[in-house]
Amino acid sequence: MLSPLLVALYVFVLAIFVGRELLTKVPHTLHTPLMSGANAISGITIVGALTCASFGSKLAAIIGMLAVTAAMINVVGGYLVTDRMLKKFRRKE
Amino acid sequence: METAIHIIYMVASVLFIVGIKRLSAVNTARSANALSAFAMLLAMVGALLDVAHRGEIGWIWVGIGVGAGSAIGAYLALTVRMEGMPELVGFFNGMGGLASSLVAVSMSVFIWLAWGEVLSASTLAEVTTVELAGLAPAVVGAVSTGAPKLTPDNAITIILSVLVGGVTLTGSLVAWAKLKGVMSGGQIFLPGHQAINLVLLLTVLAAGGAALFVIPIGSINLLYQLLAVAVLASFILGITFAIPVGGADMPVVISLLNSFSGIAAAMTGFVLYNNLLIISGSLVGAAGMILTIIMCRGMNRSLANVLFARFSLTGSGEKEEYVNVKSGDPVDAAISMANANSVIIVPGYGLAAGQAQHAVRELQIMLEERGVEVRYAIHEVAGRMPGHMNVLLAEANVPYDNLFKREDIEADFKNSDVALVIGANDVVNPAALSDENCPLYGMPILPAHESQQAFVIKRSLAAGFAGMKNTLFESDKTLMVFGSAKDVVSGITQELKEQ
Repeated sequence: MLSPLLVALYVFVLAIFVGRELLTKVPHTLHTPLMSGANAISGITIVGALTCASFGSKLAAIIGMLAVTAAMINVVGGYLVTDRMLKKFRRKE
Repeated sequence: METAIHIIYMVASVLFIVGIKRLSAVNTARSANALSAFAMLLAMVGALLDVAHRGEIGWIWVGIGVGAGSAIGAYLALTVRMEGMPELVGFFNGMGGLASSLVAVSMSVFIWLAWGEVLSASTLAEVTTVELAGLAPAVVGAVSTGAPKLTPDNAITIILSVLVGGVTLTGSLVAWAKLKGVMSGGQIFLPGHQAINLVLLLTVLAAGGAALFVIPIGSINLLYQLLAVAVLASFILGITFAIPVGGADMPVVISLLNSFSGIAAAMTGFVLYNNLLIISGSLVGAAGMILTIIMCRGMNRSLANVLFARFSLTGSGEKEEYVNVKSGDPVDAAISMANANSVIIVPGYGLAAGQAQHAVRELQIMLEERGVEVRYAIHEVAGRMPGHMNVLLAEANVPYDNLFKREDIEADFKNSDVALVIGANDVVNPAALSDENCPLYGMPILPAHESQQAFVIKRSLAAGFAGMKNTLFESDKTLMVFGSAKDVVSGITQELKEQ
């Protein structure tokens, strides 16, 4: 039986390869939206932050709440700004 | 319930993978972003079900955090001007890092308190005030057997999460300050800079390691102090990591920090043993790394060179004086362009700084009405972040089919009548092709000097980031038009209207 850490390591390494293979060619037009859209995804830390904010220990919960705030700035801001940019991209009429 | 939550997480992981794939194609990008936002919502629902399922949930803390974070994020995203985009992306990267760092700290505090309780309790049933279910499986295992030390797995992942999260936070804030102009954009080196970085890195590892491995249970204050040292050292490391990087190298650093913010999320996934975080964090890490590599290739420099090398001037370090520079006014440019068949516009950071994108679009329309072909040549590292010029020009409604990447247009300069360089410097410096002593040597450039005539709109002859002379400015074919990008471009358009 593999230790949980090793399983996690497998998932990590494989996911990095998936990410690399997914993005074989990125048109230059999309460099910024890809960056900010990906950045919004990194706000997935919200899942961990929500767990922490509901801890029984008050100190841990307050730190968790700050983590929730930071992660939500990243998530909401990241998705909205990416959408704003993508809305602007247009072809020649 | 636990199975259901894991299935939700799995669906979210798949949606993130599909989302990021479709984000890399123009036609699907916008719907992909919405899909990825939906996946995020799903993940949050899963997380809330998870904590609710465990009983005690601090709805107040959760509510405050979600409300405040969403409001701040939405405000920033909806009010930012397109010119301010690099700073904002930098700032959001930093928030991702901060969240990872805080989660790791919160986890270690919580684990510690839980342990104290386990040790003083004779059976697991007596552990009441701190619910154990919030802990990662390995910790629960260790706690239920009463093992009086943190598992190495957990300690390692928490330290890494503090490290990557902290560096991402302050590194991004330095990038933000440099882009915003709060801080000088130049390179800052401390004496023994790399040694300082190494010491800081070791401090994070040592303090974190001591806090989580060595200190016996019961000494909660010492835990706090050591954790504080680890967090603080990671913050300083982020600063010392980012300050040597100069303004023009910002595209590399921004995309690298983007990658870090993903890795930080993945590290948090290790702390919580949550595959969703590991998968989505890794995707972001990979995406950021791919962009970083594209940026480095655009400068023909290695990542290590961008991050650590000191850009030195050749010879004595004195700046070379310009000779034989010809300057003109918007009228000269207007006359040449009115008679041209083909004009290639080369935008650079000056376009963003001077907010000239709308003026440029008007010029383009005016020229096209006269039957002049107008194309934009975009260098990978033009501006301050990957794709900076594309976003700016898109804001001014320039269709993206008018924008050409360097490889696709560099051969066409020699067939074009006019190259109009707007606020770009190093990316059009022919010295990068020929002068081996030039710090830019080997960097692929946009050969504006090959067109029949080049106009360079620039505020002054001040050197570019590399601090060196641009031989394009001295070329016989070049006419400098001094002034702010917006004023000069509007001047040219006005002149064309009157002709």
